[in-house]
Amino acid sequence: MELKVLLDEKKISVILNRLCCQLIERHGDFSNTVLVGLQPRGIFLLDQLVNLLVNYGIKSLKTAKLDTTFFRDDFRRSELPLNANSTEMDIRIEDKDIVFVDDVLFTGRSIRSALTAIDSYGRPKSIELLVLIDRRFSRHLPIQPDYLGAQIDALQGDKVKVIWSKDVSKNIIYLEKKNE
Amino acid sequence: MKSLSVSNLLGIKYLQLEDLHLIFETATHFKEVINRPIKKVPSLRDVTIANLFFENSTRTKLSFELAEKRLSAEVINFSISQSSVNKGETLVDTVNNILAMKVDMIVIRHPNPGSAHFLSKHVDSCIINAGDGTHEHPSQALLDAFSLKEKLGDLTGKRIAIVGDILHSRVALSNIYALKMLGADVKLCAPKSLLPKHIQSLDVSISSDLMKTLNWCDAANMLRVQNERMDLNYFPSIREYTQKFGLTGKLLKKLRKEIVILHPGPINRGVEISSEVADSDQSIILDQVENGVAVRMAIIYLLASKIIIPNI
Repeated sequence: MELKVLLDEKKISVILNRLCCQLIERHGDFSNTVLVGLQPRGIFLLDQLVNLLVNYGIKSLKTAKLDTTFFRDDFRRSELPLNANSTEMDIRIEDKDIVFVDDVLFTGRSIRSALTAIDSYGRPKSIELLVLIDRRFSRHLPIQPDYLGAQIDALQGDKVKVIWSKDVSKNIIYLEKKNE
Repeated sequence: MKSLSVSNLLGIKYLQLEDLHLIFETATHFKEVINRPIKKVPSLRDVTIANLFFENSTRTKLSFELAEKRLSAEVINFSISQSSVNKGETLVDTVNNILAMKVDMIVIRHPNPGSAHFLSKHVDSCIINAGDGTHEHPSQALLDAFSLKEKLGDLTGKRIAIVGDILHSRVALSNIYALKMLGADVKLCAPKSLLPKHIQSLDVSISSDLMKTLNWCDAANMLRVQNERMDLNYFPSIREYTQKFGLTGKLLKKLRKEIVILHPGPINRGVEISSEVADSDQSIILDQVENGVAVRMAIIYLLASKIIIPNI
């Protein structure tokens, strides 16, 4: 496997700060907003954003974690079972402005399942999507992000690896190229 | 990614420890699902399940049906009183006819021990045993162990007593297998006439002293006296049974500690357990019922994941 660095720590830091500023621009004091990290990988990005937003003086942040396994459209489509992760939705979402947070947007199917899953908890006022990496030209569904870190072009078999470290200087995003 | 080691749920005996952990982990997620304002997920929208109940049931049948419906499965119900079994149709013929209607999964309760196992050998479908005579009741044992884990944490080294009619109880046998697999110490407390021969071979201890057993255990599972399965008099009178093996508030107060009380239902109030105990804070009987739906959702979900849609 060939590894190519897509974003190093410095670029990630700039992007995360920009995403926070964009969120603040649109959501103000976040009094009616809930940031929902999508399991399994979106919750790490959510943690990073929360830390930064607190530094920007946002005090009343409401967050949740949503697992969409039971809403996926590929159940019984392969030998691989779909194991669930935990959901922590302890906040009322009725009439709230929801922002889904995920690390990589690929086919859009996870986001579709998240749009269905969130219905179980009520009827939000609006739902937006924030992603760190958008894999262009690979969408299966008409889904686009509202807040975007970076766009990349990757082949079908390639993998985008987002690695979060306790030491932020070691955060890095790789493109794992499929061997020819 | 983890999956069950079996394609049918015939008994706890055929499961491995990893299977139990996977079922519990999945059930935890489904417990969160059934506490949402909207309690349904679409996972099994293309799966049809037949509930075949050749024996009376309230809790198990409702619990399985609710679990199936909350997973969005198509459900058909069959009970012996309205069926052609009374006209002499065999079990295999009945089930094959149902399967011909494109049913993917069978949940079966039957009075004959081994019926689910027999069926799994003769029909091409996923079978879930919802109780076969006095043999096994795996989903009950799984929900009992899940409820105990919620209350006591890891069951390794925990002391669990099973009290009452062990001889006629499928719940007891499945519980013994599950609890032993999870590392618990199990003691059976019953009149000698209500203990099966050679039960010690399952590495359980035996007592006929309820007070000593209660002082020993962290949790007691009180079993129902199954009068409908008794062809003989196994004890002199219900009154005498209650005096020796009935759990009352007075007994609990005498204990040096608080223990957890389980009962698989239906309860004979005032026989094996008094109303005071059944409705006390130490009783987790209603938690068992709630967990029953979540655990059965987990069992069905994990088994259904093994039925791959053909021609895709």
